[in-house]
Amino acid sequence: MSTQTTPAQARARLRTTLSWRARPGTTVTTVLFVLVGFVAAVQLASPDDGLDRASRTDLVQILSSLDTRAAQLEEEVSQLEQTRAELVAGAGTSEAARAEAEARLQTLGILAGTLAAEGPGVELVVSDPAGTVDASTMLSVVQELRDARAEAVQIEGSPDRSVRVVASTAFVDVPTGGVSVGGVTLGPPYRVLAIGDPDTLGPALRIPGGAVTSLETSGASVSIRDDSVVVVDALLEPTTPSYARPAPPESSDTS
Amino acid sequence: MIPVLGLVLGIVLGLVLDVSVPTALEPYLPIALIAALDALLGAGRATLEGVFDDRVFVVSFLSNVLLATLIVFVGNQLGVGAQLTTAVIVVLGIRIFTNAAAMRRLLLGA
Repeated sequence: MSTQTTPAQARARLRTTLSWRARPGTTVTTVLFVLVGFVAAVQLASPDDGLDRASRTDLVQILSSLDTRAAQLEEEVSQLEQTRAELVAGAGTSEAARAEAEARLQTLGILAGTLAAEGPGVELVVSDPAGTVDASTMLSVVQELRDARAEAVQIEGSPDRSVRVVASTAFVDVPTGGVSVGGVTLGPPYRVLAIGDPDTLGPALRIPGGAVTSLETSGASVSIRDDSVVVVDALLEPTTPSYARPAPPESSDTS
Repeated sequence: MIPVLGLVLGIVLGLVLDVSVPTALEPYLPIALIAALDALLGAGRATLEGVFDDRVFVVSFLSNVLLATLIVFVGNQLGVGAQLTTAVIVVLGIRIFTNAAAMRRLLLGA
């Protein structure tokens, strides 16, 4: 037993054991030693997430915190999806508003004479060799067309000039002959193009005592032709009003 | 000397080879390791006392490891795995200290 072993004896045995001499059972022992070393190294090198040593309470706490985090993320997801839906809807709305503004711009452009227009309408040719057609007669023709809901009108005359007729177009007699339409002096023969319903425009011009009658009375010969496509391509430069300003919305409600 | 070299070889192998512990063995490996460590120190003490025997070492090694693992396994089945693991580690730890103290006394006489 150990009481009978002196340190010197123990050291001698240690030296003996650490010698290279192999005993009959060394193989099995060595195998076990290799196994122990291997397992120890594997155990030390294995990744440790700490969960296997956490207590039940800690695990419950970790789980509940993960649940809370998941709920928060779910909520964030639904919020972001809602924001996305709002943005998509907003984009659709602004797209519609843009299309509407575009359509309005085209309508106003045709009315103001800044855009060319085409459509069914009538063509009125006034050959006036004597030069007897005056501004008031021409204005009455235009008025007749307006009454018949012509949507775009232009007047052509020699020398090869055409004028778009809009709400502010003035008709003035020129002493040297011809008619000044919107500041442009035109001479005969005149050619009036109007876009609108041909079945309304034609009869309106030919009505007894109407525009054609007054033209013929003043000595001009008139021919009216219905046309499926009339192109009104004379343009006006848009002018900025010098005095008129947009009224505040409150007062415009009275209209 | 050869078994000591074997221990070093095993450590090197375990570090070099990228082996991960199987999940089924994960709870038992540390206990088995402590039991093996106890057997190793017991072997060292027997060597110094001059009573080392390979057969005894192998048998005690295997039975220690198996018993420790078995106790932890039964504890896990019964739901007291953590407590039984602690118990086994306490017992093996006491034995390791005892063996180490015996070896110290044998070598240094104190």
